[in-house]
Amino acid sequence: MKVNQISVFLENKSGRLADVTRTLAQNGINIRALSIADTVDYGLLRLIVDHPQHAAKVLSDYGFTVAQTEVLAIAVPDRPGGLAGIIDILSAKDLNIEYMYAFVGRSGDHAIVIFRIEPVEDAIAALQQGGAQILTGEQLHAL
Amino acid sequence: MFWNEPAECMPQEERRQLQNERLQQTVRRCYEQVPAYRKKLDDAGIRPADIRGVDDLKHLPFTTAEDLRENYPFGMFAARLEDIVRVHSSSGTTGKPKVVGYTRRDIDTWAELMARTIACGGGWKHDIIQNAYGYGLFTGGLGIHYGAEKLGATVVPISGGNTKRQVMIMQDFGCTMLACTPSYALVIADTAAEMGIDLRELPLKYGIFGAEPWTDSMRKEIESRMGIRATDIYGLSEVSGPGVASGCEAQNGLHIFDDHFIPEIIDPATLEVLPPGSQGELVFTSLTKEAFPILRYRTRDITRLHHDPCPCGRTHCRMSRVTGRTDDMLIIRGVNVFPSQIESALMAIEGTEPHYLIVVDRDKGRLDELEVWVEVSPGVVSDKVRRLEAFEKQVAAELNSALGLGVKVRLVEPKTITRSEGKAKRVIDRRELGS
Repeated sequence: MKVNQISVFLENKSGRLADVTRTLAQNGINIRALSIADTVDYGLLRLIVDHPQHAAKVLSDYGFTVAQTEVLAIAVPDRPGGLAGIIDILSAKDLNIEYMYAFVGRSGDHAIVIFRIEPVEDAIAALQQGGAQILTGEQLHAL
Repeated sequence: MFWNEPAECMPQEERRQLQNERLQQTVRRCYEQVPAYRKKLDDAGIRPADIRGVDDLKHLPFTTAEDLRENYPFGMFAARLEDIVRVHSSSGTTGKPKVVGYTRRDIDTWAELMARTIACGGGWKHDIIQNAYGYGLFTGGLGIHYGAEKLGATVVPISGGNTKRQVMIMQDFGCTMLACTPSYALVIADTAAEMGIDLRELPLKYGIFGAEPWTDSMRKEIESRMGIRATDIYGLSEVSGPGVASGCEAQNGLHIFDDHFIPEIIDPATLEVLPPGSQGELVFTSLTKEAFPILRYRTRDITRLHHDPCPCGRTHCRMSRVTGRTDDMLIIRGVNVFPSQIESALMAIEGTEPHYLIVVDRDKGRLDELEVWVEVSPGVVSDKVRRLEAFEKQVAAELNSALGLGVKVRLVEPKTITRSEGKAKRVIDRRELGS
């Protein structure tokens, strides 16, 4: 049910993001979704890629500090109120969304949104109960 | 193990007698052979006969690095060039280098003191010593080299640099002792880790490290990563080179070989000699040197002296680890800050790496800003910025309480702070002062 996300610590200086994307490209790794959270001096680049373990290894070898986290990929109906329905399920159970971002690619008439929610097991239970569709890693990478 | 037990464990009263005799000879030699000393003593109204012993030391004028530069290159030599068999010199990063000379007997004395130093650090005849101090004008390389040979150990004169080869040779030769600067020891440990070699599984047992200020927490880090006993050694070329003082297995300060050098602690501002135990600037007078005797040399190193007995049995006076230099001292918004204080505070925080950089700047409001760059370690990075911000705040709070000063912390990527193969550069001062 959970999808592996990698986070990379980046100083805010020119060329660092390019170093990441180049390293991934040279190793044949495809980026499927990304978001950047930043402060004045540094940022965290969060990535969903087709081969997370391999990506974490090549980035560490290159000298980046990398962390891996489990996130949820949720199929959101692509119509007005689609996202609201998902968030209502979480909010009804007092589950807090740390962050979320959109996935590049669709599943039928659904958009895919990456969610970081804690505690993740409670979120899975609530979403399943509420009828939301959670994608596995395989399903996600098959899109 | 003692290299020279009678000298190292001599009763203090007996050594005092020896110091008195040797001091008289040294003052006479300086006065008779070196015009610069003769002038200094004449100007101060002191005749050599006035100095009868250690108690009279306070009447002698100080010698500074400036005196050595003014007499560049050989003006402070007290022996004829034909009797001088070697010269060494400081790097001269701040003007003309300081040049020092040695007679054959000086080289023998130095080797004797280095043999004591290596034995203090755990080394003995059967040891294989990897000498990664630079060979050349710098006293570190040849100082260790001659001492190791005097002791009868096997020296690997690899000098500094080419770190992968250092690790390979350490492994292939089965070196049992490492000699280098402490910051370079950490570079070697990092490189070995990158090469997938666990130094703790190699025969390496001891390390003697010096030539730059370091902290006790850095010593512990080197010890645990290399699986060795790390000993702090101290010296400076103006006084002799390494082999002026050495730590021992008791790890409670460095024994000053005070049968050859007399230490004093002074207040760097008033130049008054401070009572035993006080922190201040270390001053040395040599007792046995022929080519380059030195009177009350101001080392600029900050430390304190201890006269209580050491469990190891040596009766030498001890000095604390050098905590900074009078000229490294930063004055930030009126507060005295030594880089070593920042290092100690950082090492106590989980998740920081021992590499850091201090950047001092003055903002438009004319206030000094102290920024400390800290490398993040994998343990601190997650997918949450909040976690990094909390870590940054924690480091800033620890530094604030250690220094009594607000500090801005900047997290940087690992390995972005330059590693040095010699003395580490820890401070960048961007203030435009003196105008």
